[in-house]
Amino acid sequence: MSKRDSRVGILFATPWILGFLIFLTYPLVASLLYSFTNFSILRPPKLIGLQNYNELFHDEVFYKSLGNTLLYVAGAVPLSTVVAIALALLLNTKVKGMSIYRTMFFLPTLVPMVALGTLFSWVFNGDFGLLNEAFHKVHVTPPNWMGDPTWAKWTLILISIWGCGQAMVIYLAGLQDVPVSLYEAAELDGAKVWAKTINVTLPMISPVILFNVVMGIIGSLQIFAVPYVMFPGGAPARSTYFYSSYLYDNAFQYQRMGYASAMGWVLFIITLALTLIALKLSEKHVHYESS
Amino acid sequence: MTAKGVFGLSLAGALLVSAAVFGDKVVSRQARKDRINVIYWEKWTGAEGEEMRKVVDAFNRSQNRIFVSYLSISGVDTKTMLATAGGTPPDVAGIWDNQLYEFSDAHALTDLTQLAKDAGLEANYYIKGYWDVLNYRGRLWALPSTPASIALHVRPDLVPPEVATPDTFPKTIEGLDALVDKISKKKPNGDLAMAGFLPSNPGWWNWSWGLYFGGKVTDGDRLTMDSPENIRAFKWIASYAKRFGAKEVQNFQSGFGTFATPQDPFMAGKVATEINGTWKGNYIRVYHPELKWFAVPFPYPADRPDLEGHTQLVQDVLTIPRGAKHVKEAFEFIKFVQRQDVMEGLCSGHGKNSPLEKVSDHFFSSNVNKYIRLFDRLARSPKAFGPPQIGILPQLQNEMNVAFQEVSTEQKTPEKALHDAQDRVTALWQTYKSQVLDQ
Repeated sequence: MSKRDSRVGILFATPWILGFLIFLTYPLVASLLYSFTNFSILRPPKLIGLQNYNELFHDEVFYKSLGNTLLYVAGAVPLSTVVAIALALLLNTKVKGMSIYRTMFFLPTLVPMVALGTLFSWVFNGDFGLLNEAFHKVHVTPPNWMGDPTWAKWTLILISIWGCGQAMVIYLAGLQDVPVSLYEAAELDGAKVWAKTINVTLPMISPVILFNVVMGIIGSLQIFAVPYVMFPGGAPARSTYFYSSYLYDNAFQYQRMGYASAMGWVLFIITLALTLIALKLSEKHVHYESS
Repeated sequence: MTAKGVFGLSLAGALLVSAAVFGDKVVSRQARKDRINVIYWEKWTGAEGEEMRKVVDAFNRSQNRIFVSYLSISGVDTKTMLATAGGTPPDVAGIWDNQLYEFSDAHALTDLTQLAKDAGLEANYYIKGYWDVLNYRGRLWALPSTPASIALHVRPDLVPPEVATPDTFPKTIEGLDALVDKISKKKPNGDLAMAGFLPSNPGWWNWSWGLYFGGKVTDGDRLTMDSPENIRAFKWIASYAKRFGAKEVQNFQSGFGTFATPQDPFMAGKVATEINGTWKGNYIRVYHPELKWFAVPFPYPADRPDLEGHTQLVQDVLTIPRGAKHVKEAFEFIKFVQRQDVMEGLCSGHGKNSPLEKVSDHFFSSNVNKYIRLFDRLARSPKAFGPPQIGILPQLQNEMNVAFQEVSTEQKTPEKALHDAQDRVTALWQTYKSQVLDQ
């Protein structure tokens, strides 16, 4: 590549580089600095050392929101993974009109989060929601999904399935890369559908599963819009008050930008730690073709 | 670089420069070049927003020096705060009274004390309770747009005839509770069908229940959220969870429609009584005009007759954010809104009472709220109370909401819920004092 070509290449990449520096690098570095300050937006930040972090670790609501978020991650990520893989397996079969089915299952992921929250407020309404109507039809007493603190988080975990179309498409791509020869060899050994899924399909798409699980953990740790719409203030009794909601409230409701920045960095460390744990745990279970 | 590349880059650059130069003009389409343009952000939408638009139009017609560009936006508080921090605030921002103290402590507002004094807008021009709320740490930070007082709204068709008038309706909380026991209805399966009263409906002022029992949530610099009066109030709230069943109330309430719709629980007949503000009558007029209702002061505890006629005062207020470009012109507009005829027109359009000391007979006779005299009388009551003047009011209200929900769902006893709330807010208050108030 000539020098001239390099210059042109860099020139065309400039908008992205500028965007990266202004909208990502600067806020990242600034938030780290602000996390050590008392910064209420309208007054210049004042250095206070580790005070924000110290307060955070003594903050009852921090632990409550973190606990809610981790429970959500523990429920939503496995559930979405199982459903996405199951759908991908179904959509990987040779059936007439498959492209229509694939589109149908992917479409829900395009619904904006606020619309989704409003929609599910009606589906899960404890008095006349669609879901509870269905329970009543079969003479089963349903829970109050949104009003009962015990059930509210599980409602959100159930709703997380709605967005598994994205992961499903990636699984589908992974499934289509599994060599047919492996299935043929398994069939010669007498393997049936279940045995082939467990011993061939899942090991072969394990890198894809790992990728989706890691992305799912990162996404779930940042859950915000749907609970914000469906459960204002984390009601009932903060049972649906998540980490990002508390961070948002500190930054924009209470004008505590320094404290919110510290929360952001703690979330980053938690996300990094969970990702590393997931990668470590996966070492024995993920099979790469090259290895 | 190829010719196409140069052309593409030039075009992108030109678009960027145009956006920077003309962007402001594009978003300010209402602006008049021949006048000083005052930007006014207001939270109201719908009919209430339109009533204020009429005021803005009248102001713009009334003179030829200033033009007010009116923008009705959601999240006005957050947007005003961020715009102020960014150095481009609106000239006038319509916020809620309970945000004044946080905004004032954050140095987000212009001190209106001298401007108001020069304009002759002083304490004697306003009803005392409303005026006091606008003053914080000895300075004036806002003037009212519309105010309200809170009362108990009753549906006479859902209560026995002997209590179906304002004169015969129970005056005490004990009387209200007895009535609730008498008229509330359950379905054969135990589900609630109609509740005589629910403390959790509409659930907008959970911090203030203790004040109806003679308490406070702050006393000067001290937090008193777990005072005996507040605990008594929360025990009363807990009695409703016991009376109807916590889960039954949750199920029942999850079927309530939203406030500004015909499915509103009071209009739909799911509750026979409801604590609400002056504006409620206006919404009934719009969504259920044939509905019969009346309003009475919220009952008082039988052993505290001195509390008779108590009410909570709430206000929508007009402020000038710090750094506004046209402070004097912005205040000209605010002053115009304070004119008795303008204020009465606006409040009447909202179905609310006036914040002004002097009120015309025409205002009472033409107001769409037939109980407007009651709301006016309550606003003037010496027992009327406004929001506590503390900069961490949003956090305090949130913690009281959580305590209320913990008690309503029987997760905690009133004592435990309020002690926890008190501990949490005390810690926040200490931090706030050192970090924001520099104490």
